[in-house]
Amino acid sequence: MVKAVVFDYGVGNLLSIKYALERVGFPVSIGSEVQDLAEADAIILPGVGSFTPAVEKLECAREVLKGKVAEGVPLLGICLGLQLFFEESAEGSGVGLAFFKGKVVRLQGDLKIPHMGWNTLDIVKPCELFDDIPNGSYVYFVHSLYPVPVDESIVCTKTFYGASFASGVVDKNVFGLQFHPEKSGDVGLQILRNFARVVRR
Amino acid sequence: MPLAKRIIPCLDVDHGKVVKGVNFLQLKHAGDPVEMAKRYSDDQADELVFLDITASHEKRDIMRQYVERVADAINIPFTVGGGIRNVSDARNILCSGADKVSINTAAVEKPMLITELSDVFGRQCIVVAIDVKCNLTPAEGKVTVQTSKGPVWFEVTTYGGRKATGIDAIAWALQAEKLGAGEFLITSMDKDGTESGFDIELTCAISEHVHVPVIASGGAGLPQHFYDVLTTGKADAALAASVFHYNKYPVPIIKNYLHKTGVPIRQ
Repeated sequence: MVKAVVFDYGVGNLLSIKYALERVGFPVSIGSEVQDLAEADAIILPGVGSFTPAVEKLECAREVLKGKVAEGVPLLGICLGLQLFFEESAEGSGVGLAFFKGKVVRLQGDLKIPHMGWNTLDIVKPCELFDDIPNGSYVYFVHSLYPVPVDESIVCTKTFYGASFASGVVDKNVFGLQFHPEKSGDVGLQILRNFARVVRR
Repeated sequence: MPLAKRIIPCLDVDHGKVVKGVNFLQLKHAGDPVEMAKRYSDDQADELVFLDITASHEKRDIMRQYVERVADAINIPFTVGGGIRNVSDARNILCSGADKVSINTAAVEKPMLITELSDVFGRQCIVVAIDVKCNLTPAEGKVTVQTSKGPVWFEVTTYGGRKATGIDAIAWALQAEKLGAGEFLITSMDKDGTESGFDIELTCAISEHVHVPVIASGGAGLPQHFYDVLTTGKADAALAASVFHYNKYPVPIIKNYLHKTGVPIRQ
């Protein structure tokens, strides 16, 4: 039995991601203790709150998370969860988990912010997370910042809003999505199904 | 493709049941919010709004139960409004699985509520709903807008349109945005229920002044109305109830029409 944990590190909606994963036949528990992470075979870092408080709350779990990633445990970050995988963020002070080199910057220009609603995925690199996802599929975004990876080769999908940005980033067992698969209809469910398959392999 | 325009069915909920006539074909228990949510979600609705009109002391528990059931049944974003007066009310809804809360009268009466909610949950969760009536009497200090009816100003109403506040809607939207509103739901009380089209002039005036997304509401009757408000009206999303409930124009028909007329839409 795979033990997958949605890590609760603040306020907000954790039920949607739990329910969506359960819908694709992948039961998960919500855990808020470091011990929950230590025992996990897969970890989901959901997307709620803002960078600095999240970094503070993750402080106690930082070493455990790093250890799990080094062991090869699949880690999925969604929205803020993805942004925490980088080194720093324009949203606030604090050091990210630094699984990826680069920083998180603000959306800028003559745009409505947050970038809220359905936008398309341009799949720029094959990745098992996007198996059976047609190029140009719509997914749901709600964010005001986006990641800028130093290493372009980790970018799997790009999305255009004022400028093109990395909306899906993958390096080995670390998966990051700037959009919300749990809110992205059938396309989102397929992405979560793909994640479940990666975990079970 | 750019960001898609959103089509949002709205459901009025009382004691955990959808009220107003509902007339879906092949829907066994018309009025169950979960079934209706699923149906709309399957129909490619981009988001849903639930407006809770329950006026009783057991409201919290009822809301929590149906919000949880809806969250378990669909995976598109949904907003819940109606009777949210403080951080604890909002937490109750968001932790049950809703993505956003909508506040209206409570925000007008206590503007700092917007900041309190946005500080705790993030501004993307906070929809400020504004019910607006067109006021034809010139008044000092209001933003005058030239419309087909002549010069008017847009007045905020509260308590479901029953109370005129004397507050200018454009000024209120700007203030609410500064306080932390993440999105506006603008309902024209003049158009609501008429099925004669959205108030394009109102929607456009608000949309041009604010920098967060605007959902237009009130007056939808034909596919053309959606086109008008999403193009000329500069709305980011259009909300409607009866056109969808009565299956007059199901969501896919509206979306197909918009797609054919060149509006970016998710299909």
